[in-house]
Amino acid sequence: MSEDRSAMIRTRLVEALNPEMLEIIDESAKHAGHAGAASGGGHFIVQIVSTAFEGKNLIQRHRMVYDAVDDIMHTEIHALSIQAKAPDEP
Amino acid sequence: MEIMERIDKAVKENPVIIFMKGSPQMPQCGYSSRTAQALMACGEEFAHVNVLADPEVFENLPRYANWPTFPQVYINGELIGGCDITLELYQKGELQKMVKDAVAKGAA
Repeated sequence: MSEDRSAMIRTRLVEALNPEMLEIIDESAKHAGHAGAASGGGHFIVQIVSTAFEGKNLIQRHRMVYDAVDDIMHTEIHALSIQAKAPDEP
Repeated sequence: MEIMERIDKAVKENPVIIFMKGSPQMPQCGYSSRTAQALMACGEEFAHVNVLADPEVFENLPRYANWPTFPQVYINGELIGGCDITLELYQKGELQKMVKDAVAKGAA
């Protein structure tokens, strides 16, 4: 189940942002039981490096990630922690 | 008042405001908790709205600024971001300056 969700996120991000590096970590188990987890959506950490982020500020980068997974936001995803970088950034 | 107007008023009237789950003293979500702590560490007063206690805000805030999750931090009427961005700005020392400038401007 959780692997499926990570795969759903991966497919969308690869298609939208053509990342050079993409890590998706499922942290849902850590949050099981708290109020927000009751809806069934998962918690994920997304680490992504893409040339699409060049010249974009943090809020624009996060919006790009959210836009890419918009159709599963709130159903499969409860929360995303996002680290978005361009290739030349540390 | 219509809900979008109500949100807009809260955002515009407060130099620094966080929409969060719970309150800074009694946060009910880890992301909200960490974000409120970063704001508190800036040493200025800020407003907060508990979205769990206000279902209308909970349902409508995501489309106010096209941002799908909570918490949301607004400084000078502009969305700064959620937990990740607020903490990143805090670690860089930028959040402290943004908050102080906004509060000073709001008091002037």
